Amino acid sequence: MDKVIIAKDLSLSYSYNETIINKVNFSINSGSFVFITGASGSGKSTLLKSLFGALKPKQGNLIVGGVELSSASRSKLNFLRRHIGIVFQDYKLVKEWSIDKNIMLPLLINGYVKSVAHNQVDKLLKHVRLNHQAGKYPLELSGGEQQRVAMARALAHNPILILADEPTGNLDEYSSDLIWKLLEGANEQLKTTVIVVTHNIPQTLNVDYKHLHIEYGSIHEVN
Amino acid sequence: MKSIKNHLSLVIALLSILFSMQIFLITDRSIDAYKKNLADNYSVIVVSQKRLSNSDIMGINKIISNVEELSPDTIIKRFNSDIQSVNLELLKLTLPKFYKLNLAYYPSPKELKKLTSNLLHNPSISKVEDFSYSHDTTYKLLLLFKDVVSIFAVVVLVVTVLLIFKELRIWQYKHNERMSIMGLFGAAVWLRSAVLFRLAIVDALIASFLAFGIFMYISSSEWILQQFNTIGIEIVIFNPLEDFLIIIGVAISISTLLASLIVLGHKEEV
Repeated sequence: MDKVIIAKDLSLSYSYNETIINKVNFSINSGSFVFITGASGSGKSTLLKSLFGALKPKQGNLIVGGVELSSASRSKLNFLRRHIGIVFQDYKLVKEWSIDKNIMLPLLINGYVKSVAHNQVDKLLKHVRLNHQAGKYPLELSGGEQQRVAMARALAHNPILILADEPTGNLDEYSSDLIWKLLEGANEQLKTTVIVVTHNIPQTLNVDYKHLHIEYGSIHEVN
Repeated sequence: MKSIKNHLSLVIALLSILFSMQIFLITDRSIDAYKKNLADNYSVIVVSQKRLSNSDIMGINKIISNVEELSPDTIIKRFNSDIQSVNLELLKLTLPKFYKLNLAYYPSPKELKKLTSNLLHNPSISKVEDFSYSHDTTYKLLLLFKDVVSIFAVVVLVVTVLLIFKELRIWQYKHNERMSIMGLFGAAVWLRSAVLFRLAIVDALIASFLAFGIFMYISSSEWILQQFNTIGIEIVIFNPLEDFLIIIGVAISISTLLASLIVLGHKEEV
């Protein structure tokens, strides 16, 4: 099976003298569903950031989608990011844009024709059950609804990899269930690799997953 | 309302730069026109012991545009009653020759001093009257006026640049989040900053057209034209094509420079 992520002796840090992730080795198969867990401050989000190139490795190698991130140029990084969907706990929606335009963002970046992008947005809004909210702005929606918009945006361009940082952290049960179903659907139907950083793995999930746990700067697989 | 507010601060800053720039241009043109006017009415008187040809005198300094020999008849007429005509003719021959020199432009005191010295260098020329006292006063007054306007323009420019830098910080704050989010999805730098450049160019165009309207109004104002007529000069206050091209060029350059500084100063935040 193809490896979508390969980390070799990977160390991550924000400053010169403090290492958060220390010489870890792991790989993730294409099409797999992965949970990354760990205590607060253990480095889960740091690891996720490194996977889309927001944080360069301090040491070692990190290859995502065939791109070596420790030496990737800006254009290579942009190329990789165009094939990744990202979901954050704080949604990261552009507040001055309508939710339709927010969802359309990755489509336009990937060069979709506007009419095609509009059709895709309509489908996604129905998919995340927000078609009745079309044209509204993020701040006019509840937290759960905003996260569903962020989820639709992450799925819009059929990415090879979805990275989600505590996507259901502060959400109501309905929105949480919907987010998990959407992630499950993307993984099962589109064979998208899904990596979720979370404190709690949902019990209701109907998908085989890999569980990586971070503790004291190292990472190990939980069976 | 929010959209107008978004544009207003940069438009006002750009407009004040364009306004001070055009006022400086008008002042410069007025001074040039006034200097030409002065040059037309200004002349240097030269006294020579021998008759000199026009080409001899004009060859002394390039600034001399025209030479006119002054007739001694008016002076001699005063003696007409007491002196015989034969003696008058003799007197005419012995009298020095007077020449009036017109200049190509109104010279600076330094240039005038050089001209006087060049003229006196000629052995035939015994005296040069350049009216330097009144000339210097007028010239210094013109320079003072130009300096005051230049200082005013520079002060406006400095204050406006400070305002623009403040605006830059606001823009940086406002656009940082959107640019970071676009960056997360792999948008190239030009795409991330397209909104910013569009906004900058729209603001530059708004400021340019406002400046165009203001100066078209000023250039057709009866009161303004009357002021120029009073001092006897005629200038182009605002050239709708050339000046507008300068204005639009300056406005677009400043606003795109502002947008470029924001793009260069952008740090990705995740």
